[in-house]
Amino acid sequence: MQRFSVPLLLALLFGALVAASHTGAIDLYIQSVIMFIGINIILSSSLNIVNGYMGEFACGHAAFMAIGAYVASILNVLLFTKDKYFGPPLLPPELSLYFFPLVLLAGGAAAALAGMLVAIPSFKTRGDYLAIITIAANFIVTSTIINMNAIGGARGFMGMKKIIFSMEDVLELPWMLIWVILGTVFSVWTIRRFVSSTYGKGIIAIHQDEIAAEIMGVNTNRMKLMAFMISSGLAGIAGGLFAHILGYINPGSFGILKSTECLVMVYLGGMGSLSGSVISAILFTLLLEGLRFVIPWINTGLHWLHLLPDAYEVSQVWKWVIIPLILVLLMQFRPEGIMGNKELSDIFPRLKRWYHFK
Amino acid sequence: MFESIVQNLFNALQWGSFYSLIALGYTLVYGVLTLINFAHGDIFMVGAYIAFFVATFFLATLTSAPGWVVLTITLPLTMILTALVGVTLERIAYRPLRRKGANRLYVVITALMCGLILENGNLALLGASRKSFPEMIEKVVYTFGMVSLTNLKIAVIISAVLVFVLLQFIVTKTRIGMAMRAISYDKFAVPLMGIPIDAIIVFTFVLGSSMAGLAGLLYSLSYPILDPYMGALIGWKAFIAAVVGGIGDIRGAFLGGFLLGFVEILVVAFFPSTFRDLIAFSILLLILVYKPTGLFGVAKTTKI
Repeated sequence: MQRFSVPLLLALLFGALVAASHTGAIDLYIQSVIMFIGINIILSSSLNIVNGYMGEFACGHAAFMAIGAYVASILNVLLFTKDKYFGPPLLPPELSLYFFPLVLLAGGAAAALAGMLVAIPSFKTRGDYLAIITIAANFIVTSTIINMNAIGGARGFMGMKKIIFSMEDVLELPWMLIWVILGTVFSVWTIRRFVSSTYGKGIIAIHQDEIAAEIMGVNTNRMKLMAFMISSGLAGIAGGLFAHILGYINPGSFGILKSTECLVMVYLGGMGSLSGSVISAILFTLLLEGLRFVIPWINTGLHWLHLLPDAYEVSQVWKWVIIPLILVLLMQFRPEGIMGNKELSDIFPRLKRWYHFK
Repeated sequence: MFESIVQNLFNALQWGSFYSLIALGYTLVYGVLTLINFAHGDIFMVGAYIAFFVATFFLATLTSAPGWVVLTITLPLTMILTALVGVTLERIAYRPLRRKGANRLYVVITALMCGLILENGNLALLGASRKSFPEMIEKVVYTFGMVSLTNLKIAVIISAVLVFVLLQFIVTKTRIGMAMRAISYDKFAVPLMGIPIDAIIVFTFVLGSSMAGLAGLLYSLSYPILDPYMGALIGWKAFIAAVVGGIGDIRGAFLGGFLLGFVEILVVAFFPSTFRDLIAFSILLLILVYKPTGLFGVAKTTKI
């Protein structure tokens, strides 16, 4: 029973969500919020491998997301749609449904290869110098994309909506929701398998003491390479999903601000806690979307109390003041994040009776 | 050809001066606390806005006074007020975390968040319209053949050099500088020697932030359009410059800033300007790969 409770719960949730969105019980907005929660879960838990478990400070996660997003979208547009740059489709559009996971994985693989570029300097460099390498990598990736006119440059790249339509032509289902949920479960499961394996414990050993780990026979260079490649590969998958949800991407959406969001989610959840990353990604996305509704209420409330001059409206910009403020306060009262470095079952030991997630 | 090289050289020196002035602030705080103060770029932005408000206030009240009088009032006032902002951040955000002994990375995240608050708070309070900085001193153009220099350009370069000399003097020759270096060696032994550690840290923030304020004033005199996000990109770049120089070392930050300025101007001189970030960062990355601790950084040896 223990072994099946988590898969069963996930399957139930999956079925319920797909059925609800197929029948229209939850509207498109809520569907998109759910999809963004999934993407943020992938992003935060994959960054947690490097920043949490391995204890490095990589702050260019959005770069890998950009690579995954662009590679997956270009492949899909090239293969399955008629585009003014890439010409007629190379394969019949109906196949896009079956090829979609493969294309996503291809995007992830490209991002993982790019992750290698950051991983190799990390053999010699640690700490703040590595942070700078990742920030520079983020700038390099976005400005490379800006300079590539064939894929739209700074104007962005579009055409992914057609893929969704051709998938829906084959079978009328909310396909993006399905892919996002499957991608999220796949990523979290991969990370969990990786860090709880004997092999993957090497990255935790690197965090504790790199020299001691090396003496104990951990091949630190290979572990770092693995960690960076898995982390950036999963970020690439998240990017591919992100691109297909929006149907339009431009280099500006993968800037340093996106990387900052990823960092925030990792440290909010706690370094080296997978369940912390998942919880913080959910909370962060809900906070981001919730404030969209709360801010107009605050506005009318303050005007009603005559606390504000009539000419001044509380705009949505305040969202990006309130969220950092909440985080700063949270850091003051709970500096180790929501979960610290513990998992859910460490905090509530009784839960172990009910589930077993490996 | 020769003239255009010299012209570009001076442009590069000017850009490098801005980067240096900001990078010096990063490196001072890092040298003492090993904290990357990611809010520093936004403190620069706040400095520019403070300069704007102070300058417009005094231009409106002292209508008869000549521009240089207003500038001499604005300069120290901007530096003091910006320093106040930096110290406030240290006092309310970083110090409690330091007292609790939180992981260094959490302090870095707090700094990032403070930067976002400054940026977006500014945007929310003052609105998205760009402010244009008032002209306080007459622009004088000196022309030597094809090379033209403005008095402002010369002032920017000279003040960057002066600030560097001053900071280098403070850090290496004075007692307070000795205390700053001592804190970076051993944070736990220093209070036992009777050194007021908090006061020294506040002094470091005063130095760094007032230099950012100076940079903000000079920048907005040279490029008189202000917007809330102006500090973000220049701050990240200055941080990269500081790291390439070897973070924690005053000389490193100074030279790193100028290096970045030169690389950027040279790239723009030969390539389309969209390639600026791409090539500049690739060169800096290569430098870091070959010299992982930066130009002046000393590799830390760990004893087993």
